[in-house]
Formats: sequence, C-alpha cells, structure tokens
Amino acid sequence: MKVKEITALVKKDFTLELRQKYSFFSVLLYVISTTYISYLVFKQVSDYRSWNALFWIILIFASISTATRSFQNEGGGRYHYYFQLFDARSIIISKIIYNGLVTTFIVLFTYLFFSLLLGNPVKNQGLFLITLILGSTGFSSLLTMVAGIASKANNNATLMAVLSIPLLLPLVITLVEISTQAIFGLSILENISLIGVIVLLNLLIVTLSFLLFPYIWRD
Amino acid sequence: MKNWWKIASVLLISYSIIMGFLGDVPKLPILNETIRNLYFHVVMWFAMLGMMTGSLVYSIKVLSDSSRYSDIRASQFAETGMVFATLGLITGMIWANFTWGSPWTNDPKLNGTAITMIIYLAYFILRGSLEDPENKARISAVYNIFAFVLMIVFIGILPRLTDSLHPGNGGNPGFNNYDMDSSMRMVFYPACIGWILFGIWVSQVKIKFSVLNDKNKSSQNEIYDSIQ
Repeated sequence: MKVKEITALVKKDFTLELRQKYSFFSVLLYVISTTYISYLVFKQVSDYRSWNALFWIILIFASISTATRSFQNEGGGRYHYYFQLFDARSIIISKIIYNGLVTTFIVLFTYLFFSLLLGNPVKNQGLFLITLILGSTGFSSLLTMVAGIASKANNNATLMAVLSIPLLLPLVITLVEISTQAIFGLSILENISLIGVIVLLNLLIVTLSFLLFPYIWRD
Repeated sequence: MKNWWKIASVLLISYSIIMGFLGDVPKLPILNETIRNLYFHVVMWFAMLGMMTGSLVYSIKVLSDSSRYSDIRASQFAETGMVFATLGLITGMIWANFTWGSPWTNDPKLNGTAITMIIYLAYFILRGSLEDPENKARISAVYNIFAFVLMIVFIGILPRLTDSLHPGNGGNPGFNNYDMDSSMRMVFYPACIGWILFGIWVSQVKIKFSVLNDKNKSSQNEIYDSIQ
C-alpha cells in the first residue's frame, strides 16, 4: 500500500465521475425526489421525532445508492488490470476516501434541501454537523466494504440493501441518539462519549475492511 | 471413551431441567416463579454465542486454508446458533410477558437480538446467492467475520450506553448482586456447559450430513463428466 497509489486511484475515480455525471446526479435527484415526497405527505413536520426519522432514513438510502456504484467500473477486463497494478488495500482505502467525500457532499446537500422544505428544528447546529460528517464517513466505509462483497454476487441491489442495513444499525442508533440531543440544543461536551463511540466504530470498520478486503478482491 | 462429552451434555441438561423445575429459587416480587426461566432463557443466549463463535473460528480458518469443509463447518455452526437464538427469543418473550407486561418492548437487548438474527439471515441469503463453492466460502467468511464483530459491538456495548429493562443495565442491579444466589449458580453454569456441548453435537451431526451430501454431489458430477 502506497500513498501514491491511493491518490492516483482517488483521482481516477473523480475523473471518471466528471465524465459520467449522470450517476452522481441520479443520487442527487433521488434525494430531491424523496425529500419532496416527504414534503408533500407531511407539509410541515412539527414533531422532532418524525423529522429526525425521515431525515436519517433518506440519508441511509442515499448513501446505499451512492456506495452501490463503487465497484461497477471494476468488472471484467478492468478488474484484472487493477488486480495486477495495485495492492488490494490501496484499492479499498481509495474507495473509502472517494465514497466518503461524495457521501459527505450528498449528506450536506440533503440537510440543506430538507431544512428548506420541512423546516429545521435543530438548536445546536455545530453538534449536528459533526454528527452528519461522522455519520457519512461511517456509512461510506461500511457500505464500500459491503459493496465489495455484493459486487462478487453480481452487484445485486437488493442483496446490497439486505447485507448492509443490519450492519449499519449500531451506527444509526448512536447517530440518531446524538442528533436528538443536537435538536434539543445540548452541547458537544455533554455528548462526548457518544461521539467517541462513533469514532471508535468508524475506526473498527475501516480496520476490518483493510484486513478483510484482500480476501474478497483476489478471485 | 471418545463420546464422553455427549453423555456429559445429556446429563448436564437433564440435571438443569430437573433442578430448574424442582429446585429451590429465591422468592422475589414480580419475578416470582418465572425466575426459573433463567436456566433456559439466558442459557440459550450463551449457547448461541458459543455456536456463533465456532462459526467465526471456522470462517477465519476458511481465509487461511480456503478449504470447502471449513466453510461447511462455519455455516452449520451458524445454523445451529440460529436455532438457539429462536429458542432464546421465544423463552424471553414468554418471560417478558409475565414480568414486563408485554412480549416485546423497545429494549436495547431485544433490538440487539432482532438485529443479530437479521444479520445471520442475511449471511444465509449471501451464501445462497453465490454459486462457485470456493468464491462462496471466501466471501461468506469475510461477511461472517465482519458481521460477528459488529454484532458483539451491538449486543455488548450499546445497551450499556442507554437504559435497559434487563438486569445489570441502565442502573438496574445485575442478577449477581442480590438474587442469583449460589444455589442458582450451581444450576446455571452446568446448564450453559451442557447446552453448548449439545449444540456442538448437533452441529457435528449436521456437518457430517452436509459433507456427505457434498461428496455425493461431486462424485455424481464426476460420473456425468465421464459420460460426456
């Protein structure tokens, strides 16, 4: 694993993304349309619990559809090319970095659009933004790994959801807990232990992916 | 004697059942006689964790030797673990109905159980969707290791952060503190060992069966190949 390899791979992914803009915009459109449906159904969400639930459900599905594309370009001949050229660990780390950046962007966009349509009950914005960023890094690292597993089973979209949602739950429950506190306006210091749990979970997921991905990658 | 542990498991389980129904238990409010369920409900979870750990060990072995038989062992242990999980869930629901008033409450431990079961069901679905046996062994082993670690995080760490109705969590005193006296312990631990041994026995029979099935299938394939 080399830093040079990782930067080259991340750069390659961004170049590909710029060339085929449609897949990135499809995720954005997905977020816009689901948020708009919730707006049409709810009009104005006065209850903070429903607001939180709707928001996180939209985020989970948006990050799943972002991550599902991770290994779509690595099929067939191109797989053998990458296999010879790069260490498997560089590939997973580069994919996690790339997905993390894209997911963070999509999550922040969702937050803005969602607040615009359905109102924003959050009292402590700083804590909420920290939660969002930690959440999107956690989601993207776990989902990248699961996308790697699902890509070996013919990139089945249902399989991707079935495999990842139960594994996402420890993260989701802790994130929802912190975001509820942020809605009530509690400070960062009061939630430091929960933030610590999320950081540790993220580290655990990245370490596991780093150790286990080489076994998935070799055919 | 090679099979001493099978005899031991039967003896330990029968001892725990007899003592579970006839032995002396502390008289406690609300719990009353349902405290006897400790010998059955909690023990099922210990047995399940034992089976899942066995499955994890064989999954790690798959990654080092990529043998098909290690994969069969991992999957069969997970299947036995699922049976114990179902039994633990049923006994727990009966107990909860008497002490907490409803069979299902929004308790972190119950959520943990539900998620654990869903994770392992997803593991079986993943196995079903992969065809090539070597690929299947490797990829499902990776998922199993990943899932086991997150499951331990979920059922071991998270309930301690939030309130739970279970003893020993969220300010509730543990069973050990006041009502699990030494006479109960004398039944509880043997019951755990007995059921874990029994689970290993069941898995062993299942493993033998699927290994034979596998060999049968591959010899059939050879015959087909020779005909063609």
